[in-house]
Amino acid sequence: MDIYVCVRRVPDTSEVEIEIDRSGRALEEDDFSWDINEWDAYAVEAAVQLKERLGARVTALTVGDEDDEEVLRRALAMGCDQARLLSDDVFAGADSWVTARILAAAMAEPRPDLVLCGAVSADQGRGQVGGFLAGLLDLPLVALATDLQVEEGSARVRHEVSGGVEHLVDLRLPAVVTVQTGLNEPRYVSIRGIRKVAGVEIPVLGAADLGLDPAELQPRVVTEELFPPPQGGGAEILTGSGEEQVERLVELLHEHGGLV
Amino acid sequence: MREILIVVPGPGDEAAELTAAARSLGEVRVTAAVFGADEEAAADLAGLCERVVVFPAAPGGVFDGEWAAAALTPWIAAEQPFLVLLAHGNDALDLAPLLAARTDRPMLSDCLEIGLRDGRLVGVRPLHGGKVRARVAAVEAAGYLATVRPGAYPAAAAAAAAGQVVEGPAPTGFSPRREFVGAVAAEAGEVDITQAEVLVAVGRGIEEEENLDLIRSLAEALGAEVACTRPIVDKGWLEKSRQVGTSGRTVKPKVYLAIGVSGSFQHLGGLKGSPFLAAINQDPAAPIFAAADVGIVGDLFDLVPLLEEKIRERRG
Ligand SMILES: Cc1cc2nc3c(=O)[nH]c(=O)nc-3n(C[C@H](O)[C@H](O)[C@H](O)COP(=O)(O)OP(=O)(O)OC[C@H]3O[C@@H](n4cnc5c(N)ncnc54)[C@H](O)[C@@H]3O)c2cc1C
Ligand SMILES: Nc1ncnc2c1ncn2[C@@H]1O[C@H](COP(=O)(O)O)[C@@H](O)[C@H]1O
Repeated sequence: MDIYVCVRRVPDTSEVEIEIDRSGRALEEDDFSWDINEWDAYAVEAAVQLKERLGARVTALTVGDEDDEEVLRRALAMGCDQARLLSDDVFAGADSWVTARILAAAMAEPRPDLVLCGAVSADQGRGQVGGFLAGLLDLPLVALATDLQVEEGSARVRHEVSGGVEHLVDLRLPAVVTVQTGLNEPRYVSIRGIRKVAGVEIPVLGAADLGLDPAELQPRVVTEELFPPPQGGGAEILTGSGEEQVERLVELLHEHGGLV
Repeated sequence: MREILIVVPGPGDEAAELTAAARSLGEVRVTAAVFGADEEAAADLAGLCERVVVFPAAPGGVFDGEWAAAALTPWIAAEQPFLVLLAHGNDALDLAPLLAARTDRPMLSDCLEIGLRDGRLVGVRPLHGGKVRARVAAVEAAGYLATVRPGAYPAAAAAAAAGQVVEGPAPTGFSPRREFVGAVAAEAGEVDITQAEVLVAVGRGIEEEENLDLIRSLAEALGAEVACTRPIVDKGWLEKSRQVGTSGRTVKPKVYLAIGVSGSFQHLGGLKGSPFLAAINQDPAAPIFAAADVGIVGDLFDLVPLLEEKIRERRG
């Protein structure tokens, strides 16, 4: 069984001040720390567990540049068998559609039995690449998997649907599954674990290697401008010493019935 | 006049919000696609839209992205609506990108605003969990697809003019590669946070499982229940029945105190009835402060013990 898992390197912006760069279309990245997209860590863990149980071959794929190679190393350290960095100057400006086309091309040989993606990327929040891949590869899709059991040519997937409900579905493989957080417990990767796979060669594949004509790689969505969310209408931010702020908060909580 | 197809997987406010989003584009004709709707539901939709197409429900009677894509793809190819719109929720993640690929349309996802420029679809969408926004434009195409964030457009009022209700064809030659087996009942859990008047919600800012005692102790002082964000459940630190959000519980307390919670739309989507919302977060740019009534910017590890102390003092 051949499993492909698509991973993306994303910045952790939850506690840094965001600054838009001079181009107006990208962020100043100096203060960012980067890691594997949270959802993708669950996808890699799911793939590796299937390998351990069923003897699959797991290939991790990333569309990006040399900096993005580190998430592939991490995927290898978690137990993926091989990794491919899909990188080319003509991939610059790839939107989610172009990203999916490149990923689909990298799955031409061997054909996948199962494609795992994260449900969304934490930075772009699009939730598109997995669905696009299902369309491009003409495979069935299940989004937001919270449990995944595979056995001979089929998968039973539990997944989240609207209204806080989960469904169980049976999928005939090959198929694309997008993974929701909580599906498993992604294994811890130590520095030593990363060092162990430092010697593994990660082939870099460009448009020509993938049989892609650059003319087919026109993005369908263009980012024109980034801007900060509108201010105002938000919270009254309490001022003064910590003590004063907390006293005021207690007052307000009390006024609104918060001290039961 | 531009034809806009809204796809409505189930009941709720979605249809009225999508209709409002569609009509914000000017003179349009809105068609709603539904799956196996009963007569009453179809009539409600017909009060909003010029036309309702009722496609047969998928086997199992539930929404199924694979079935919906198979039914809608030929319909869209034949009718060529200018724009296909869905609400950006779980069902859309299961259908929208697949449908965009099958119908070969540019897709804008999770839009806070949609618009037209030179006949092309443009939009505004959040990035980085809401800390920055992007103005995006689709390239020129015969038709487009977009998902719109729930709540971004206030629901349109039903118009008196009744739209026409027609039947849509079942997908032809459909061989299910995906089959519905059953729904999974949510676990009841030890507490019912949906009944609580005061909730203290904890997020990833709490860092370690042991630190949850700080929150439990604060909640006890307040007489509140503890709620949480999804990552806290994913780590197994609190049970699923305490998770607030679009994939958790919908709560309607009087007071909601969010601690170390960034304020993602999936989390806030579970908060109904506009409670008094207070937030403690060390990041002044955290999106929670845009939604909250009052906030303290600071370290929860300093503030929470102090807050508990002041509450206990006040109670004597
Ligand atoms: C389809 C889907 C459904 C989802 N459903 C839900 C759902 O139902 N409920 C839900 O909650 N999420 C849901 N999510 C996840 C959601 O997108 C967010 O990832 C999640 O809500 C973030 O949780 P958080 O605020 O705890 O963590 P983070 O976003 O990591 O935020 C942590 C916050 O803590 C602050 N902080 C850190 N340290 C401190 C400190 N010492 N003092 C004070 N503040 C501190 C940080 O500044 C940050 O703002 C869903 C996602 C998807 C894709
Ligand atoms: N550059 C990329 N390389 C590989 N996989 C990606 C890339 N971008 C997105 N993905 C995959 O697609 C999923 C959804 O991403 P998105 O559509 O950007 O929200 C991610 O969780 C990854 O599994």
